[in-house]
Amino acid sequence: MMTRRALIASLAAVPLVGARAAAAPPPSTGGRRHFPNPTLLTQDNERVAFYDDLMKGKIVLVNFFYVECTGICPAATANLINVQEMLGARVGRDIFMYSITLKPLEDRPPQLKMYQEMHSIKPGWTLLTGSANDCELLRRRLGFADIDPVVDRDTANHIGVVLIGNERIDSWMACPVQSDPKQIVKSVSWMDR
Amino acid sequence: MSGFSPRFARGDDGGGARTPFKTRPFVQELPLPLVKEPFSTGSACVDGLPTTGIKAGPVEHQFFDRADCAPVRAYTIDVREALHSFHPDMPPTTIFGYDGVFPGPTFRAQYGQPILVRFFNNLPKDHVGFGIPSITTHLHNGHTASESDGYPGNYHDSGTYWDNHYPNVLNGFSVDPETTDSGECMNTLWYHDHRLDFTAQNVYAGLAGFYLLFDDKDCGDETNTDGFQLPSGEFDVPMVFGDKVFDADGQAVFDFFNLDGILGDKNTVNGAIQPFMKVQRRKYRFRFLDAGPSRFYALAMSDGSPMVQISNDGNLLPAPIARSVVTVSVAERHDVIVDFSKYQVGEKVYLMNRAEQTDGRGPTGTLLTPGDPLVEFQVIGLQNPDVSQIPSTLRIPPPLSLDQVVKTRSWEFNRGNGQWTVNGKIFREDEIRATVKCNTREIWKFKNGGGGWSHPIHTHYEEFRTLTRNGQTPPAFERGRKDVSVLGPGEETEVLFNFRDFHGKYVTHCHNVVHEDHAMMIRFDIVP
Repeated sequence: MMTRRALIASLAAVPLVGARAAAAPPPSTGGRRHFPNPTLLTQDNERVAFYDDLMKGKIVLVNFFYVECTGICPAATANLINVQEMLGARVGRDIFMYSITLKPLEDRPPQLKMYQEMHSIKPGWTLLTGSANDCELLRRRLGFADIDPVVDRDTANHIGVVLIGNERIDSWMACPVQSDPKQIVKSVSWMDR
Repeated sequence: MSGFSPRFARGDDGGGARTPFKTRPFVQELPLPLVKEPFSTGSACVDGLPTTGIKAGPVEHQFFDRADCAPVRAYTIDVREALHSFHPDMPPTTIFGYDGVFPGPTFRAQYGQPILVRFFNNLPKDHVGFGIPSITTHLHNGHTASESDGYPGNYHDSGTYWDNHYPNVLNGFSVDPETTDSGECMNTLWYHDHRLDFTAQNVYAGLAGFYLLFDDKDCGDETNTDGFQLPSGEFDVPMVFGDKVFDADGQAVFDFFNLDGILGDKNTVNGAIQPFMKVQRRKYRFRFLDAGPSRFYALAMSDGSPMVQISNDGNLLPAPIARSVVTVSVAERHDVIVDFSKYQVGEKVYLMNRAEQTDGRGPTGTLLTPGDPLVEFQVIGLQNPDVSQIPSTLRIPPPLSLDQVVKTRSWEFNRGNGQWTVNGKIFREDEIRATVKCNTREIWKFKNGGGGWSHPIHTHYEEFRTLTRNGQTPPAFERGRKDVSVLGPGEETEVLFNFRDFHGKYVTHCHNVVHEDHAMMIRFDIVP
C-alpha cells in the first residue's frame, strides 16, 4: 500500500494548505469514534464494555432482538444459527456474534439465558442487555432506529438487519437478517481482510 | 479513508457530523475531467494490452468477432488509491480513482467504433476504512453484453483485471440493421463501480466518470452543419454532482450506520467544492450527472433564467424544452444548453440547487429560495462567433406501439422491518426474478410502496419509454427514452422496454445507492 507520505509526494500539482496536510493522520480505525463504550450484561450476567470487550479488533455480526418477539426474530435467529453453524469454530475465536435486546427492562440476563438455551445458541454468540439508556444509545448509533418515529415506536416490526464489520480495518456493511445464510457468510468473508 | 457517524449526519444525537473546515466559495476553477486516450488502436488493439495480474473475467464476450463489434480501440484503466484535493482550504483526501483521479477520465466514444476497456484493480489489499478493494464496473447505461455490464456479483479483487467490451452499437443491431431504431442513440453515459453491497461506499470513494458517446448528428462538432451543431469542445461541459462530509483530516466521512441514504454538507462539482467557471458570452452545453449517494437536485440559474433541456438520461429529447428548474435524481443525466450571451462581461450568475432535502428519504418537495450555490459563472467576452445551435427538433422516437408486448410485470419498491425490498423480497445474486425473451417487448410497472421515500429506479442495459406517470401522460421531459424512472412518494410509472441483442443477467434497482446496497434490487435474465 502506498504510504500517505508517498501519496502526498506524488501530488506535486496540488497545493497543500496549512500544517495539517503534512501531519501524520490519526490511526484510521474508526474505533472509539464510532462506538460508545457502555457496560452491558451478557446472558451469563457478565459485565462487558461494548467497545473495549466486544468490538475492538474483531470481526463482528450485530443485530437487535427481543425475547418475546413474534415478528421477525424467530426467523432471524434461526437464520443466524445457520450462519453460526457455517462459520464454525471461528465464532468465538476471531468472529463474534452479538444480539442486543430492544427491551432491556424485560430481557434481563435470566431471560437471555433462557432464550440462548431454547434456541441452542452456541458460544461465540452473545446475547446482551443493559440499561435502557445504553441499549437505546447503541440502537441509534448502530443504525437500528427507523427515521419515521411512528414506525420506530412499533417495536413488533423492528429493523431486521444484521450489521457486519471488521473493527480492525474499519470496514462495515449491513444486510437483511433474512438473507440467505450463505450470503451472510460470504459477506463476513469480505470483512476478513 | 474515515468511516464514522452513526446517523450523526442527520444530527439526531444532537451531534451532527459536519465538515470542520470553512471552504471559501468560488476560489477554485471548475475542474474538467481528463479525456481518456486509447492504449492501442486498430483491429489488433486488444492483443497488445498489458496483462499484469490475474484475469478475473469474462470467460468470453458475446458478438466479439462480429465486424460491427470487434474493438478498434483498447484502453486500460488503473483503479487505485490516490489523493485528491476537493478544496484548497482542506487537506487532500484519499480517494479511490479510475486512473487515480476523480472524476475518472472521460471516455469520448463513437457509435460504430467498438472499444474494449481493461480495468486493473490496483486498490490496496490492506485498505482501511470505507470502500472495499473489490470492484465491478458498470457503464450506465450502455447497450452492453451482460459479461461487460458490471453485474454486481461479477466483482474482482485487488491484483486482478476484467475486460469490458463496449461495442457502441444501436439497440437492435443484431436483429435487423435496416430497422434499427436510431432513436435509441445515447450521448451522456457514466461509468461507476457496482460492487455488490458496496456500490455506495466505492462510488462515494471516487469511482465514477463520464462516458460520452457521439454519432453523426450529436457529433461533438458545432461547426459541422450535417450534425445538430450542439455546443462542443470547451463549450460542452460535463458536471458531476456529489455531496460529502469531511473530517478534521480532510478525509471523506461515510456514514456506515445509516441505511436510509446519506447526505453531505459540502457540495462538489467535478470533485471541487463550489468552484467558479469562466464562461464566454455564448451557448454552453452542460451535462448534469447526480452521482449520489442519496441527494436529489433541483438545478436552476440564480436569476431564474430557463435552461434548455436537450436530453434526459443520455437520450436526446424529441424537442428541446425550456425549464426554469431541472430536477436530477441519483444517476440521472440531464443535458441542458445555457446561453450566456444575454449577460454582460463581468457579470456573475450561479448554478443553484433549490431542492430541500433533510434526510435520505428524498427531497421534501419544497423549492428553496435562493437555494445552495454550486457553481459561480463569471461572464467573460466572446472570443469567436457562437455557431452552435439549438435545433427545434432532436430525436423523434418511433410511435409507441404496444402490439408486440408479450408480458407485463409489476415491481413494488418497499420497506419492511427496515429492509429494502422489491415485491417484498430482498436481492439474491442467484435468484432470477424475471426471465425476458430476447427481442420482445414488455411493459414494466414500477410502484413506490410508500412511507414517504423516494426511489430512482434504474434498469440496466435497455432504455425504456415512459407510458404513464401516475396514470397520466408523462411530462414532456420524460417523453424521450430514459433509464431511471423516479418514484416520488406514492408514485407509479409504466414503462415500455424492447429487449434486444445480448443475453445474460442484468439488474433493476433503486439508485439511492444506500437502498441498492441493502438489497433493493432484482436480477433479470435475457434469454434467447
